[in-house]
Amino acid sequence: MKKYSNVIAAYSIMLMLIILVGIFQSWSIALSIFNYCMISAVMTMGANIQWGYAGLINFGIMGYTALGGLAVVLVSVAPVPESWRVGGLNMMTCLALIIGMIFSIKYILKKIQKSKKRNYLIAAIIFIGLILIKLISGPAIERIEAVEPAKFGFLGGLGMPVLFSWIVGAFFAAGLAYIVGKVALGLRADYLAIATLLIAEIVVSIIKHEDWLARGVKNVIGLKRPAPYEIDLQTSSWFINLVERLHSTKLAAINSLSEKQELLNQLVINASSVYVKLCFAGMFLVVVITLLIVTQKALYSPWGRMMRAIRDNEEAASAMGKNIVKQHLFIFILGSAIVGIAGAMMVTNDGLFTPGSYRPMRYTFVIWVMVIVGGTGNNFGAILGGFVVWFLWVQAAPMALFFINLSTAHLPETNALRVHLIETAPYFRFLLVGIGLLLIMRFRPQGILPEKIIKQ
Amino acid sequence: MEFINAIIVLLNYTVIPALTYGSQLALGAIFVTLIYGILRFANFATGDMMSFGTMFAVLLTYYLQSKGISFGFLPTALLTIPFAIAIMIFYMLIIDKTVFSYYRIKKSPPVQLAMVSLGVMFVTQAIIRIIIGPSDRRFLDGEKFILKASEFKEMTGLNEGLTIKSTQVLTIFITVVVVSIMFWFLNKTKTGTSMRAYSDNEDLALLSGIDPKRVVMITWIIAGIIATIGGILYGLDKSYRPFVYFNNMLPIFAAAIVGGIGNPYGAFFGGYVIAFAEIFLTYAYKRFFVYILPESLEPNSLIQLLSTDYKFAISFSILVVVLLFRPSGIFEGKKI
Amino acid sequence: MAFFEGNMMTGGYGDGPDIINSCTINVDKGEIVAILGPNGAGKSTAMKAMLGLLNLKSGNILIGGEDISKLSPQERVKKGISFVPQTKNVFAELTVRENLEVGAFLRTDGTTRVIEEIYDLFPILREKKDQAVGQLSGGQRQQVALGRALMIKPSVLMLDEPTAGVSPIVMDELFEHIVQVKKTDVAIIMVEQNAKQALSISDRGYILVTGENKFEGSGKELLNDPEVRRSFLGA
Repeated sequence: MKKYSNVIAAYSIMLMLIILVGIFQSWSIALSIFNYCMISAVMTMGANIQWGYAGLINFGIMGYTALGGLAVVLVSVAPVPESWRVGGLNMMTCLALIIGMIFSIKYILKKIQKSKKRNYLIAAIIFIGLILIKLISGPAIERIEAVEPAKFGFLGGLGMPVLFSWIVGAFFAAGLAYIVGKVALGLRADYLAIATLLIAEIVVSIIKHEDWLARGVKNVIGLKRPAPYEIDLQTSSWFINLVERLHSTKLAAINSLSEKQELLNQLVINASSVYVKLCFAGMFLVVVITLLIVTQKALYSPWGRMMRAIRDNEEAASAMGKNIVKQHLFIFILGSAIVGIAGAMMVTNDGLFTPGSYRPMRYTFVIWVMVIVGGTGNNFGAILGGFVVWFLWVQAAPMALFFINLSTAHLPETNALRVHLIETAPYFRFLLVGIGLLLIMRFRPQGILPEKIIKQ
Repeated sequence: MEFINAIIVLLNYTVIPALTYGSQLALGAIFVTLIYGILRFANFATGDMMSFGTMFAVLLTYYLQSKGISFGFLPTALLTIPFAIAIMIFYMLIIDKTVFSYYRIKKSPPVQLAMVSLGVMFVTQAIIRIIIGPSDRRFLDGEKFILKASEFKEMTGLNEGLTIKSTQVLTIFITVVVVSIMFWFLNKTKTGTSMRAYSDNEDLALLSGIDPKRVVMITWIIAGIIATIGGILYGLDKSYRPFVYFNNMLPIFAAAIVGGIGNPYGAFFGGYVIAFAEIFLTYAYKRFFVYILPESLEPNSLIQLLSTDYKFAISFSILVVVLLFRPSGIFEGKKI
Repeated sequence: MAFFEGNMMTGGYGDGPDIINSCTINVDKGEIVAILGPNGAGKSTAMKAMLGLLNLKSGNILIGGEDISKLSPQERVKKGISFVPQTKNVFAELTVRENLEVGAFLRTDGTTRVIEEIYDLFPILREKKDQAVGQLSGGQRQQVALGRALMIKPSVLMLDEPTAGVSPIVMDELFEHIVQVKKTDVAIIMVEQNAKQALSISDRGYILVTGENKFEGSGKELLNDPEVRRSFLGA
């Protein structure tokens, strides 16, 4: 137990802070922060597996998050029959073409000796393939995007349960990670960081601009939810009864019937939002705890030992016959898949998919700050990092506002400096996170909860 | 005649903009490559540092304008360059002293320095937004055009007009001058040679009596000059917006790596490779073909290889291809 | 008292174990001293200690009677001590001439004359002066490395395995060059694997074993000592 005392202490403090938000701001805000903390924690665990276990830098978190989000749209949204009728066949043909191209190139690479001829052949296949795809898909895309553009304009999804998309999101991300890993894993650490970042940008720009796929920057709203809707709760009698019973003393204190009804309505509205968030919190908690158990088990398994051995001394590990390239690829895929799950969780939580919002600042760099602040190589640390940094990220603006008001209280309301500072309060989050990162890097480079060397 | 018109179309819409944008990228890429070659880390604060210097140019320009001071037909911002550079260098040296030098003395691995530069990125971005805010700002004044399309048409009697913006000429001219001076400095002066020696073989440079502190300081100074000028030229030509500058880090990195990171010649060249690729692949060639093809063959589509939405994606794809086939860049860079 | 002395040096890298133990090495101007010994005997470490690349726990370093034990390597360079590392001893991306110029970085007077002197000593370098050193052959690179170290006109030249990885012909040539350098009144210390050849051009030699002086004497004495021959010269 002593081994975990600092983990328990750190987690208790975090939980306390969130409860304080609940008391002083509102429970609804506290729970949304909590849910986002957990989503961040999952992303951080994915990145931590790659960085902490294997020393691989993945600055492409943004791309995998976006793919996870895309999975939600493609799985849960009902198909748009009209779009499929006008363009489905062409798009499927293109998909078949792409698969055909990949397999024929693989076949050529395997069967024909390395030569100029082979290169020309491959180039020709790619060139002809691209032209065919452009010819076949071009008109189809135009037709698809013309189908009720304000509402549809895309192929839609499969209409399956939304929770299923979390798994699909993991597979999407894993698929991308396989390609990226094959291309970039041989690079030196900082090149890998840049390469993954840029590849993620490519992925996001495709999602943003291929409207037939998921409406691009026009966003998909009103996604299905694995939890009840507030509106339904507010009209179901069991829920109203529940709220009534929970607040019975408060309600009993009021005499006027109409006032009582008004208060009850208000309470029900608040409670419905809290209830929905609690449902999400429960589901996220299941994911986080499952991942935590699995990753902890993996870390202390022979496989985990091997990974750390590779991380700490690649040459020695490879001399002992460990296939480093393969292991790196495997762990890169695994970590990215976890990020994919987080991406799907996030879109499910929000109920909307907004490709325009995937920016490296929020979905790569902040996540990396979480990894470093929490403690590299330590799963408990990764989760903590997700909590702490997300908490700061969200609460920085209110905190800054508070201090600005405090320190400029003697100035008149219209003072230019005061107005300017209040306007810029949201940007103090960058300052806070940046300084936090620099301080941790300097004085506690292993993070708040450092990796423990377990003696065996 | 048709043929000349076609050439003018290309010049006007692709070559001149690409040269301009390429110069801006090249300056950024040289900034990245100097830091990488001599201080040995990938600086993720690149875009924001350029933004920092430019911010002061913008503010000073507004100040001068409010005082009624201008630079004739040239942009007032040019007057502010020395001051912006001075503030920028001051900021960089402070950052180096308080942040980077600790890790350099400890001989931390480059990855750690790159992570630290993330912290610097956040802080710089915060400072910029707190001072000037996130909005889009234009600070170009003076004569906007050197040659207007209508004037050109009158002069030559051609159908197509050639527009030359003063910012385009300024960008290309200043870039050539600044980069030439920098190369002269690196290759022909004792200090420049000592910087290259330090970049090539740090231990031996120390054994030869080269003072690492001096090399580092001069590197930041040169990097500061290049970054500020690059940032100001970009801002004059397009506009100044902190978010855009942050994002510019990506094509700038691409340019530096494509050219061979650590190699300033490569970075210079890489800037133009990226710019030309972006513009040539996303330009709609319809008008060009309308002039050179006989009427019967005239295209009815735009003849655009890729939509302009994919502008950034192109430079990144080039980077991926280069990393795959020639990881040390087109010009030999640092060994990976 | 010799010109350059390292007396009773004890120390190791960082907080690691001591690699050299009460090791004493000294050299006079116009003398070549070879440090020999089996692998891991601390030969290079002893030399690096004299250059100031590791912290000594005890012992001192004197040059011309002045104690320089507390000086950093750069400051020792200013005292006229030049060092040629075993690997990465040239600036591969710079030209031959630039390598020499960087070698003369500390000189405040003109370098052209010194460079000419180096060219006279290593004529091949004059031919290749504008080529990047990375393109030269192994032997030529070693000459650049020597030339760079000589640019400050050192009073002490330290060579860490100058002949490692070069062919026997090039090795003989290099040793000839080293003897020539000695004639310009420079004190030379070199660590060598090729013990026999090294001793044949050395005035004196030290044989270290596990960081301690085991044998010392003139080149001839060591070459003829039966125990040294049996244990270290392999004959």
